[in-house]
Amino acid sequence: MQKQRVDSGDRQMQNFLGSILRIGVLTSAFVVVAGAILYFMQHHSEAMDYTVFKSEPTRLRHVHTIVAEAMQLRSRAVIQFGLLILIATPVARVFFSLIGFILEKDKIYIVITSIVLCILCLSLFSGYLVF
Amino acid sequence: MTTLFIVLFVGAILAGFLGSLTGLGGGVVLVPLLTLGFGIDIRYAIGTSLISVIATSSGAASAFLKDGLLNIRIGMFLEIATTLGAIAGAAIAYYAPTHIIAIIFGFVLLYSAAVSFRKSKMAEDLHDQGKVKHGRFAQLLKAKGTFTDKTGGEVDYKLQHVGGGLAVMTVAGVLSGLLGIGSGALKVIAMDSIMKIPFKVSTATSNFMIGVTAAASAGIYFSRGYIDPVLSMPVMIGVLVGSLLGARILLKSQTKSIRVLFAVVIVFLAIEMIYNGILKSI
Repeated sequence: MQKQRVDSGDRQMQNFLGSILRIGVLTSAFVVVAGAILYFMQHHSEAMDYTVFKSEPTRLRHVHTIVAEAMQLRSRAVIQFGLLILIATPVARVFFSLIGFILEKDKIYIVITSIVLCILCLSLFSGYLVF
Repeated sequence: MTTLFIVLFVGAILAGFLGSLTGLGGGVVLVPLLTLGFGIDIRYAIGTSLISVIATSSGAASAFLKDGLLNIRIGMFLEIATTLGAIAGAAIAYYAPTHIIAIIFGFVLLYSAAVSFRKSKMAEDLHDQGKVKHGRFAQLLKAKGTFTDKTGGEVDYKLQHVGGGLAVMTVAGVLSGLLGIGSGALKVIAMDSIMKIPFKVSTATSNFMIGVTAAASAGIYFSRGYIDPVLSMPVMIGVLVGSLLGARILLKSQTKSIRVLFAVVIVFLAIEMIYNGILKSI
């Protein structure tokens, strides 16, 4: 078996994917903290009760209503928006891996990565499907 | 509520710290903490945990990526199994009664504890490369790699039993989606024990995969309303801070003693989860 070094292309891709993850997590954390500050300004005396499960209202479950409410700086929607950025971060990592494999013309991994991306999209858009 | 906010935040820092240090993820501590400690409904706990698992994984993985330890290709391939499993797990969680989920959680915790004990013995083992049978499937996947060890030397490795690895990864995905944990222990077993990937590479790649796996089920939990913004914010930020601290230390030191301590804590939590599950008080 011949020796195989981690070539510079792979190294570049790893650095880039690392940046994607870092930027995604930091952006998400920033938005969530901003939402938290807004929350304490808007609802400072409200009690939290999570001992009984009641599903979140529909407006805090769908991307388009969350974005619309976050634009009006409604605290819960701003936090949800931050959480959506977080969920999207690994998906972005997979997407940019796909670009990387396309640039490297690595056919097997283009197929593999596309499959993973499809599965993730199925989950992310499940709210709009009957599921 | 400010007190609860602060306590949740501190608890989440601890969970994230231990989770990334041991490679097991923050979820294994977080869900019992939220349900047993705060009496929070397990569905909220699982939703919140999934969110923080993504934060832990992505935060720690960016450090691992810089280190060049992980294998992006094999991770991506195995993610087919973990994401499909995660979606199945989230679907099962929708129909399973909560006390059954608590009992399953308890047994998975016990298993994680057993793995932690075992790993503390063999963490530094490098598999005998002469014995690794590089199968046709592994060759097709170009599944091999190189990493730089502590002394600065480059170590090449191959891997075997890709099918067995895939099967265990599917189970890891189901448990992740069902219980809101990263399933790091099982992922490491699939790579390290079955596929014979060096332990440090397995841990780093596992951490990398956890985020994608959790995102697959988090999308479903999110659209079902299991993820509450007010509960998630202190937990997510806390876990993130804790995991970044943990990742720093992991890259520098041996984690043997912490593993054993962590295993003892997990056994205790596991018994509590199973007990409360049987009493149907969860």
